[in-house]
Amino acid sequence: MAIEVRIPTILRTYTGGQKLIEGSGSTLDELIADLDGRYGGLRERLVDDAGLRRFINVYLNDEDVRFIGGLSAAVSDGDTVTVLPAVAGGAR
Amino acid sequence: MRYESLLDALGGTPLVGLPRLSPSPDVRLWAKLEDRNPTGSVKDRAAAYMVASAEKDGLLYPGATILEPTSGNTGISLALVARLRGYKLICVMPENTSAERRTLLEAYGASIVSSPAAGGSNEAVRVAQGLAAEHPDWVMLYQYGNEANARAHYETTGPELLADLPEITHFVAGLGTSGTLMGTGRFLRERVPGVQIVAAEPRYGELVYGLRNLSEGFVPELYDESVLTSRFSVASADALRRTRELLSVEGLFAGISSGCVLHAALGLATKAQAAGERADIALLIADAGWKYLSTGAYGGTLAEAEARLEGQLWA
Repeated sequence: MAIEVRIPTILRTYTGGQKLIEGSGSTLDELIADLDGRYGGLRERLVDDAGLRRFINVYLNDEDVRFIGGLSAAVSDGDTVTVLPAVAGGAR
Repeated sequence: MRYESLLDALGGTPLVGLPRLSPSPDVRLWAKLEDRNPTGSVKDRAAAYMVASAEKDGLLYPGATILEPTSGNTGISLALVARLRGYKLICVMPENTSAERRTLLEAYGASIVSSPAAGGSNEAVRVAQGLAAEHPDWVMLYQYGNEANARAHYETTGPELLADLPEITHFVAGLGTSGTLMGTGRFLRERVPGVQIVAAEPRYGELVYGLRNLSEGFVPELYDESVLTSRFSVASADALRRTRELLSVEGLFAGISSGCVLHAALGLATKAQAAGERADIALLIADAGWKYLSTGAYGGTLAEAEARLEGQLWA
């Protein structure tokens, strides 16, 4: 098993058009580093010096990682990580 | 109960137990029925406060024009207030919002400017900001950054919840402008030690997230991460399934965003139950299902409903 990562349309230029990729690591930071090894440039689009970029949301099994440790959040095999751009949402 | 006018009937909504969906007598769910507001949604609170605030600041005067990016409920709430207080209203809304909302807005006398479906509400905000720059005399209340939006909930929704449920452990609501969560959340945090404030966020089809550069993303100015204790992304399929459960199990005919909120609330309930902890979880029902009938959310199989919902803004 591995960690499944869902990539939004805008970032698929880094994954050869793939929507679902897999990676490994014990923290989100390690996972992103692992992915960047195969999909070069991806990390830079997700992370800056301050941590996750402001307009990027990352969810671990549907929970926003900013509330569970951010880049230090523990991940393990079988988890699903979803990357999404921040949007204004719907019916406001 | 008697009120001087429709607008005076704002707030004071019922909090009802959901005993059949609650896992045990120690872990209970409570629904705050915001569809029982004058135009049928929680947005009546924000609209009334934002207009009152703009009047107090001298921005609005009789005959003035209000401009707002809104894909539905806020527009309908503003349309009522505008009609009763003598303002014109122009709503900028994505073209992929439900027909009921457009019809209702037009019936209230509002004008609609459509923004492209791709990009969702981000795009509506951008179009509205452009119009505001061209028409400096129009008043954009801008729900995403208007402190009166959050204050409405700090002064009304929060106190109502605490009065009805002093033992509250969790408050769960949908995340849009973040006004409901920020206002209610701040009020509860000041008074209930350890209370959890949880955001449930709809996860749409890919069209909505658009293809634009990530540096052009959108976070509402009202949003303050420190008010929340957690935030969940809920897929359309889960939101739909829970919306139907509200109806079939508890008899509650709610909009799809309420299914999204219920999904997050049930996750918290399961966690509390597994940990052997008591929980009284209040969830906010933002509106009823009427405006979403044409989306096909309530008929056929879940898979069919999910397919019909793809690309639509359902919350």
